[in-house]
Amino acid sequence: MGLLETVGRLALDALEFHGRCISLLGLTVRGLFRKPFDGRALATQVVRVGFDGLPVVLLTAVFTGAVLALQTYVGFKRFHAEAWVGSVVALSMLRELAPVLTGLMVTGRSGSAMAAEIGSMRVTEQIDALVSLATDPVQYLFVPRILAGIIVLPMLVVLANALGITGGYLVAVRLLGANPVVYVQNTFQFLSLNDLWSGLIKAGVFGFLLTLIGCQQGFDTTGGAEGVGRATTAAVVLGSLAILVSDFFLTKVLF
Amino acid sequence: MTGLSKRFGAKVVLDGLDLTIAKGQSIVILGKSGTGKSVLLKHMIGLLTPDAGTVEVEGEDLWGASRSRRDEIRRRFGMSFQEGALFDSMSVGENIAFPLKRHTQMTPGEVRARVAECLSLVKLHGIEGKRPSELSGGMRRRVGFARAIALKPEVLLFDEPTTGLDPITTDVLARVMIDLRDRMNPTMVTITHDLKVAFEVAERVALLDRGKILVDLPPREFEASSDPGVRAFVQGDGSEDAESGLPAEAAV
Repeated sequence: MGLLETVGRLALDALEFHGRCISLLGLTVRGLFRKPFDGRALATQVVRVGFDGLPVVLLTAVFTGAVLALQTYVGFKRFHAEAWVGSVVALSMLRELAPVLTGLMVTGRSGSAMAAEIGSMRVTEQIDALVSLATDPVQYLFVPRILAGIIVLPMLVVLANALGITGGYLVAVRLLGANPVVYVQNTFQFLSLNDLWSGLIKAGVFGFLLTLIGCQQGFDTTGGAEGVGRATTAAVVLGSLAILVSDFFLTKVLF
Repeated sequence: MTGLSKRFGAKVVLDGLDLTIAKGQSIVILGKSGTGKSVLLKHMIGLLTPDAGTVEVEGEDLWGASRSRRDEIRRRFGMSFQEGALFDSMSVGENIAFPLKRHTQMTPGEVRARVAECLSLVKLHGIEGKRPSELSGGMRRRVGFARAIALKPEVLLFDEPTTGLDPITTDVLARVMIDLRDRMNPTMVTITHDLKVAFEVAERVALLDRGKILVDLPPREFEASSDPGVRAFVQGDGSEDAESGLPAEAAV
């Protein structure tokens, strides 16, 4: 009975979470087409999610590319295929690692910050104050953040792709002594535009998911400072899970 | 408000409450902590949806109206929150300018002038550039008042405007409220458990108890009322609650 109850409660919680996200998404879409459109708030969020997040994302990308080259080189050398390290690094970064790792880093950095900021606004009645000032809080808070996520993530991923490939190149050529001309040639030889686009589409979807979940967790915060802490943690955990699960389905659809 | 009911889980907070407030009248609603005074106030502006009953503004049902119409009605209200609820990502000036920028076609110069005017109405000057975190509790609430009156509302709602403040700051806030009442002649609803403030600003004093308005009288008659609930409240007698084992305060 205890087990059934737990399973039932978990199922209900999951349904409630998804229902709430869909409902808030509906309100966000409606808010997107209602006046006034706050371009300044969007610009602020683009800077916060994108520009301020650049160092973390780029460091992650360059070291991921580097370690990928290192690991692949060691493995491929066993069957004399080290010439293909560049291809593997480029394909892995574009199709998978850059969008997923960028998504996860931005979730930890910006998804959590959104949940904490909006959660604090909830527990200090600032969201009630917005409503009392005849302002739709979903339109005011969600629209600029979610749009920023959808716009900025693909941009970050383009840079992460470049830095990841550069990191791989530096390790393979400078550290492991690979031929630079062959490495560069093999890096781009098997890449198609579809590899880039699919990564960017994934990035847009991840940007949408992590910002929606960050905003939703903050918006539905209850219980004071402790509640804000819970919301922040949940934004990171659920945002990361959403990225990893949706990644599988997007990969299945896009390739 | 007619037949207004609201419960949170098993706790019934409002239980078929009826209350009518005439235009231009100043009413203070008293009640023990946790009796649902703030819940009642939040129903007046549509921050909470009633489980049953209606909230009507000049005969128009707040929850029967469309969302955009409800926002139009809300623009006729100004609400001051317990701790001010100032937007901490904005300066004082930006807080007060927020409703002006969203709901009016004022030029930046006109907005600045109106912000300064609202600040002077709450006896504050030259603090437009300060952040809410730099202000004392009393100043934060006065800035909250200034933001609430920015759109020149017809109805002003004050949620516990003096709770937790020292007697001198409380007196300053009471004077500001009286001044706003006299200058703007709004319909004013104040939630408090501070009797001094209540008797200073009210034309009617109502006592909320067990989800209903127990007594609703002019201040002098309220003070002289022989109703046991009023006497207990006026004299600060908690013996009934203590004997019944009920918590004096319940979070709502």
